[in-house]
Amino acid sequence: MNLFSAIGDFSSFFFRSVFISWHLKTARHRILNQVYEVGIGSLPIILIIAAFVGLVSIVQTSYQIAGTMPRFILGATVGRMVMIELGPILTALMVSGRCASSMAAEIGTMRVTEQIDALETMAIDPYRFLSLPRIMGTFIALPVLTVIAEFDSLLVSGAYAHFFLDVPFGVFNYGLTHFFYAKEFFGGLVKALFFSVVIATSGCYFGFKVRGGAREVGRAATYAVVTASVLVLMLDFLVALVIFG
Amino acid sequence: MIEVKNLSKRFGPLIVLDRVSFCINDASLVVVLGPSGTGKSVLLKAMLGLLPVDNGEALFDGKSIQSATDEEIYEIRKQVGFVFQGTALFDSMNVADNIALPLTEHTAMPSKEIRERVCCLLDIVGMAGRAHLYPQSLSGGMKRLVAVARALALDPKYLFYDEPTTALDPIMTDKVVGVMNNLKKSHTSSGIVVTHDLDTAKAVGDEIYMLKKGCINKLAKIKKELYD
Repeated sequence: MNLFSAIGDFSSFFFRSVFISWHLKTARHRILNQVYEVGIGSLPIILIIAAFVGLVSIVQTSYQIAGTMPRFILGATVGRMVMIELGPILTALMVSGRCASSMAAEIGTMRVTEQIDALETMAIDPYRFLSLPRIMGTFIALPVLTVIAEFDSLLVSGAYAHFFLDVPFGVFNYGLTHFFYAKEFFGGLVKALFFSVVIATSGCYFGFKVRGGAREVGRAATYAVVTASVLVLMLDFLVALVIFG
Repeated sequence: MIEVKNLSKRFGPLIVLDRVSFCINDASLVVVLGPSGTGKSVLLKAMLGLLPVDNGEALFDGKSIQSATDEEIYEIRKQVGFVFQGTALFDSMNVADNIALPLTEHTAMPSKEIRERVCCLLDIVGMAGRAHLYPQSLSGGMKRLVAVARALALDPKYLFYDEPTTALDPIMTDKVVGVMNNLKKSHTSSGIVVTHDLDTAKAVGDEIYMLKKGCINKLAKIKKELYD
C-alpha cells in the first residue's frame, strides 16, 4: 500500500467510523466508558509527566534568563511554553502511547477471536460499536486532560520557583497572568482536539486491520503508537501554522 | 428458505468453494461434513456476506445477500443466529451482557424484560444461574452453550453452527447436541451445521452434505466413501 492509498484508507476509516447514524441512548454508555478509560485511566501518568515538564521548564528558563531579565518573565515564559506547546503535545504523546496501543490490541484481539465477525452476524455495525465510542471518548477526554496537565505543570513550576529560585508565587503569577492570551490557551486546546482524533483513529484503524494472530496484534499496537505519534507531531506543526503562524 | 447457488471462493491459487449449491428448507437442519481445512467455516461466512465471494450467491427467502445493500444485509442477519467455533463471546462482558447485546441494540425492550429474556435463554441451554460469570471463567462447553443462547436472543429464523462440538469432551458434546435437538423441536427455525464430527452430523442433521475439495455433495451419494 503506497502512502496516498494509506492516507485515503485511514481517512475513509475515520469517516466510516464517525459519520454514521447512531443513537445517543445506546452509545452513551460506551462513550462514557471510553472517557473513563482514556481520561481517568491516563490521569496518574499525566499528572506525573506534567509535573516534571513544569520542573524542567522552570529550571531551563531560569538558567537562560538568569541575570538578564526580570524574574516575572519566568511565569510568562513557562506559562506560554506549557499552554501553547508542552501541555498539548506531551499529553497527546502520553495518551497515544497508552491508549492507541491498547485500542489496537483490544480491537485486534477481537478481530482474531472473531468477536468482530460476531458483531456483524448480530447486525451490529462494528465501526459504530467499537470505533465511534473510542474516537468520541478520546475527543472529550484529551482536551480535559490537557487542561489538567497544564494546570499541574504551572502549579509545580510556580512552587519550584517559590521554594528554590526565590521567585515568590505573586511574582510568578504576575508574569503568568500579565502575558496570558486566551488565543494561546484555546490554540492549545484546538491542538488537543485534533490530536484526539488521530490518536483514537490510529488505535482503531490498526486494530481493525489485524489479520492472523498474536504477533499481528503486537504489530498493530506498535503501528498504532508510531502512527499516532507521527501524526500528532505533523498536526502540531500544521495547527501551529494556522493559529500562530 | 436459504438457497446457495454456485458459491465460489478462492484464496490465491487455492479453490476453497467451487460452485457450491444446496438448499436449506424451512424447519430443517442441514449438516455440512468435511475434514478440517476444507472451507466449511468459509462457506458459512460467505453465506452471511462476512467474506466476499468470487461468484455465486446465497438467497435468504429469495433475497441475495451478495447483492444487498448494507441495511438489507443487516436486516437479513437479524434473522440469523450464529454460533462460532471459537464462541466469539465478548471477554469484557459477562454472560448476561453477551446475551443481552443483540436485544439492547435492536429492540426497545426495557431492561427488566431483557433480564427475563436472558434468564429464559440461559434456562433453555441449561446454564441458569451463570449470568454473572465472565467468559474466561467458563469451560469450552459452557462457552458454546452461552454462544447458543446469544444466537437465540433475537429469536432468529435461521441458526448457523460452526463446529458446535469440536474440542468438547463426550459429556459436553452430548449436552450441546441435546440442546441443538431440543431447539429443533421447540423452534421452527431452520439452520446449518458445519462439522467434521460424523456422530454430531447424524445426531442433529435432517440432511447431510459432504464438502470436499471445494465441491459439495449430498451424503447419500457419497455414503460409501464416507464410511470407508
